[in-house]
Amino acid sequence: MKENTASDKPAAAAAFRKRSSRFQLLTQHGDVFWRGLIAVTAIFVLVLVLAIGWTTWRDSALSREVFGLSFVLPTADASWNPVTDTYDAWPLIAGTIVTSVFAILIAAPFSIFIAIFLSELCPMWLRTPANFVIEMLAAIPSVVLGLWGIFVFLPSVVVPVGHFLENTLGFLPLFQGPIPASGSSRLAAVLILTIMIIPTITALTRDVLRAIPDSQREAALALGSTRWETIWQVLIPASLSGIFGAVILGLGRALGETMAVTMVIGNNTVEASGSLLRPGATLASTIANQFAEAVSPMHSSALIELGLILFVITLLLNMAARLLVYQVQKKVPTEARA
Amino acid sequence: MMQMQAKLDTIPAALSVAPASIVKMQAEKLSVYYGAFRAIAEVTLPIHDRHITAIIGPSGCGKSTLLRAFNRMHDLIPNARVEGKLTLDGEPLYGPGIDVVDVRRRIGMVFQRPNPFPKSIYDNLAYGPRLYGVNKKATLDDLVEKSLRGAALWDEVRDKLHQSALALSGGQQQRLCIARALTVEPEVVLMDEPCSALDPVATIKIEDLMRELRNNYTIVIVTHNMQQAARVSDYTAMMMMRPDRAGEMIEFDLTRTIFTNPQDKRTEDYVTGRFG
Repeated sequence: MKENTASDKPAAAAAFRKRSSRFQLLTQHGDVFWRGLIAVTAIFVLVLVLAIGWTTWRDSALSREVFGLSFVLPTADASWNPVTDTYDAWPLIAGTIVTSVFAILIAAPFSIFIAIFLSELCPMWLRTPANFVIEMLAAIPSVVLGLWGIFVFLPSVVVPVGHFLENTLGFLPLFQGPIPASGSSRLAAVLILTIMIIPTITALTRDVLRAIPDSQREAALALGSTRWETIWQVLIPASLSGIFGAVILGLGRALGETMAVTMVIGNNTVEASGSLLRPGATLASTIANQFAEAVSPMHSSALIELGLILFVITLLLNMAARLLVYQVQKKVPTEARA
Repeated sequence: MMQMQAKLDTIPAALSVAPASIVKMQAEKLSVYYGAFRAIAEVTLPIHDRHITAIIGPSGCGKSTLLRAFNRMHDLIPNARVEGKLTLDGEPLYGPGIDVVDVRRRIGMVFQRPNPFPKSIYDNLAYGPRLYGVNKKATLDDLVEKSLRGAALWDEVRDKLHQSALALSGGQQQRLCIARALTVEPEVVLMDEPCSALDPVATIKIEDLMRELRNNYTIVIVTHNMQQAARVSDYTAMMMMRPDRAGEMIEFDLTRTIFTNPQDKRTEDYVTGRFG
């Protein structure tokens, strides 16, 4: 092999080809091995999801048999009573959806504005520190955020905001008071969730905006667009599906967030009114709160069914989001050739 | 008509130049800095009205930098700064009280790589007029058709105006970008190596288009391709990089003169292909 001149190279290759068996041909470059390894890891993800779905389905059998569909259907006199072993999930489902949706409604525009600032308007010297702060915010453990919520955020922000809403919009069922003196309420959960998902949506939206080639900005500006027009008429439309994906990820985080919500929502599992100012509970907060103390098999089974419901909601939501992103992409091709 | 067109095409543009013409833009001792680095040093260059001026020179000599100074695209780059004087119709383009948005509307730009918006062909062309408050569908329809005809693209895309502009070929995309630049009725069109990403057939189409546009617009083109400069331009500016890496203009004249009888030895070496 040392004298690997041009002339004897083909000869060497031919000799090599003759020697290699079918098995060698398949394995000599390692492609088969790597393909197998990667396929196994990909299948593993699928198996995990199916396993979680199947076990929650199996372990909630007792609850599903006794309560049937009425467990999840809206009801006026919901009960969650471990003593009599009667359970209704409706207030928890409503609590989960209401807190997440309101959190998203506040956080999405906020985050998009921050992302626009970071990506388009932020002066160079501020860019790194500002991005760092956003990442710091994402890294705060939710239990710390919950503690801060109880001692600082609830008394100083949530309670005054709650009183304000009650006094101005109290005629709406959504803002019927009174808010508890501690501030523990769905509103508190909404605002804590907002704080928690802003970094997620912001970081993703910022990356989507930064990924748009500068040639797009130049094209818009060369036509006499202002910065504002460039952002709203070129950059945002071009990144719509990406921003949408970011918002959905934020919503996913809000739906499943457990610790901070449990600490500030008040954990009223039977609150039937839809008011934001009343204490409530979510699927995740109820599981976290009660599972360790669940003694009766029915109680455990009902809590596992809550997990199953949360799982299904998240799954449906992700599917719906996929569909919507697909629709948006069909309308606006996002791939801008550089 | 076709015959006449063909006949016109055989005459090198350079020969049809009336030597005396109005100066549309004038750069005087124009320098561009990136931080402490001077990219362009004291360029003095007239741009003649309704003529094509080509800027040629070896890579890195600051051709594009100079072009981008003409419609203030450097404003986007932090710590880039421009010194010297630049005028359009005798009025300064840099200075207090100058609206940069208005400058860019009057001086349009076509870039090296086609950069259509990820929107439909129609929306690409309607973008500019909509910025200036044109929203009536009939007016927009007219403008879209007019600009597409102006860019010799109408026949190719008339049936797919509402399809994505990104589905067009590279050459079509570039002509779309030229059409888009024309929708806001600029006075000057800057072209930054508009054919460098295109194949020869698409290049010829763009060059034909430039000759057409020359009747109504002042055009400045940066090109690496000397044959292209010789084919389309009326005037040529030759740029070189100085030892301190700043670009300077070493010669400006009628294209014919630059290519047949250059004054500077370096220009001669460059246009005859001895280096660059």
